[in-house]
Order: sequence, then C-alpha cells, then structure tokens
Amino acid sequence: MMREVKVCVLRIEGTNCEDETYQAFASVGALPEKVHLKQLLGQCPSDLRRELEDYDILALPGGFSAGDYVRAGAIFAARMKSGLRRELVSFVEEGRPVIGICNGFQILVELGLLPALDGTMSEEPQAALYTNDSGRFECRPTLLRQENGGGCVFTSELPEGSIVMCPSAHAEGKLMLPRGRQKRMLERLLENDQVVFRYVDPEGRYAGYPWCPNGSLHNIAGICNPSGNVLGMMPHPERALIWETHPDWTRWERRGEGDGLSIFRSAVRGVR
Amino acid sequence: MVVAEIRIELKPGVADPEGKNTKKALELLGFKDIRGVRSIKMFEIEMDADPAVAGRECEEMCRRLLANPVIQKYRVDLR
Repeated sequence: MMREVKVCVLRIEGTNCEDETYQAFASVGALPEKVHLKQLLGQCPSDLRRELEDYDILALPGGFSAGDYVRAGAIFAARMKSGLRRELVSFVEEGRPVIGICNGFQILVELGLLPALDGTMSEEPQAALYTNDSGRFECRPTLLRQENGGGCVFTSELPEGSIVMCPSAHAEGKLMLPRGRQKRMLERLLENDQVVFRYVDPEGRYAGYPWCPNGSLHNIAGICNPSGNVLGMMPHPERALIWETHPDWTRWERRGEGDGLSIFRSAVRGVR
Repeated sequence: MVVAEIRIELKPGVADPEGKNTKKALELLGFKDIRGVRSIKMFEIEMDADPAVAGRECEEMCRRLLANPVIQKYRVDLR
C-alpha cells in the first residue's frame, strides 16, 4: 500500500481558500486536514490539538488572513513566529514541502521563509509583496512559465519551460527586493534556481500589464527557497484542478486535468 | 502613560499606487492644485512605561511587525 501523505492546510480567521487547497491535495491522493493555527498552538480543547511534526506537507492557503491588517500576511506571520517558530524551522530544515499560495506567499515572505537567502528563516523580511502597480485588485487567468531547473519539489512533474494557466486574484502581489540590493539579490535568486514561475503572454514572452498583473520584479509570480522545498506563488493552482476551470475549455480539445494539479501531485509523490 | 505615534511610510523611490489613485480621484472632484499625494499609515499606541522604555519597545514593534524594512520606514514620536 502507498504511504499516507498527511497535509496540514493551515488557516486563521480570514483565510478563504482552504476548501480548494484541501480538494487539491485530496485529488492527488493525499490526506489533507484543515487545521486552525490555534490547534497547533494548543489554544483549543485537547481532542482538537494537533502537532505540526505529524504532517508531511504544510499548505498556507489564500485569503485575507486577519483582514490584511498592518500588511497582507503580517499578522498570520507574527502569530506563527511567536508560537511555532522552532517547529516551523525544523519542518523546513527536514526538507518537508511547504507551499504558500497568494496570501500564503505573503505570509511566507513576512515570516522570512522566503526568499531565505541567508539561512532557513530570516529575522526580518528580505522581500515584500506590495500593492499592484495598477493600485487595485487584479482578478483574471494568468499564464506562468515554469523556470525551475529541477530543485523545487513542487514542479518535479512540470517540465522547465512549460506554461500553465493559474488564476490570479490579489491586490498586493508585486514582488519587491530592497532598493540598492535588488540587482545582486535577483542574481542570487537566479543562481540558486529559486525563480519558479514568471508571468508570460500566450506566446511565452515576458509581457507587461495585463499579462503580468502586478508589476512584479522580473515578472516573478513564484519563488522557492534555496533547498526547493518551500514554494510561494501569487496565482492560484488550486483554482485550476479540473479542465473545466480553464477559461478556454469549451474552445480547445479536452485535456485530462487542470494546469494546477501537477504542482500538488509533484509534492505528494516527492514525499512518497 | 505615554502615547506613541508610529508613522509608517514608504521609502523614497518606492511607488505609491494608493497615493497616485487618491490624487487622481481628488482631481476628478475638482481639486486642481495638487502636486502629490502620499499614503501614510499611523498607529497610536498607549503604553504604561517610561518614555525611554516605550521608545525602545516601539522601535522593536516596528522591526517585528509594523514595518517591512524592504519598502517601509518608520518614525516613533512620544507624547
């Protein structure tokens, strides 16, 4: 029998993509569970208590956790840092997969788990996901080119250069690095093979708005840590699980599945 | 009691779409003399601490939660 892969789909108040994220992992044969952060922190009845180390994969779904107060993801990150720091760092250092989607990516950046250029978790954020250039919420299908050379556990089944459709839905998705150090840090991201997804147009070119919804540095939609087991991305692969969620599904010949599914399958197969 | 006013603003050179959009809307309402609009966030924190301690703690609050040093700078004023 295949090994059971347990996935912790972690939420707090304001998280709103936990059902789709749960479904994504269930669709590829894993055993997901929606867990409230308080269950990991022990602020709950004892029968609801959960331990992070009992899970194989951690998923931070999208949404507007804590109402996006202070900055998107900042409150969720602070709460994890205060009560779960040690568990989180060992989870990542053991090489277990962590994915943050949309608000989850913002949380990983605020936590310092991405880009993680100087160790597993930086004391302060090393990047920012800031207000889109358009100044508004951008919500539409986006095309992503997979650019990771093989180190990222979430793209092992998605060949380098392939283009996938995942919907974007965010107001703060512009990846920024510190001014002055931006060029050098981007070079390091590329050297480390940390750039996983970049926004492209239908011809596969790195295009500006509207193909890139936010004005992100280098058209970056998703990055991983140097070890490749922590992935953060703004677009939503869990909203592209079945072919019928592709915007052109009635025009094109049917493909087997949605473009986003292979990201979850890659991680689950990697654990097995 | 001390009251700390913590002002969080974007570092020079970081684009401010909220300010830009606000400027546009104000101009649509007929305000013609606007040179620029910047969005700034302010937290007012009441503390039971000596001003020196409060100042240090507020700096720490900015570092650990209120500001992202990649794009934002902060200023703490006690009164």
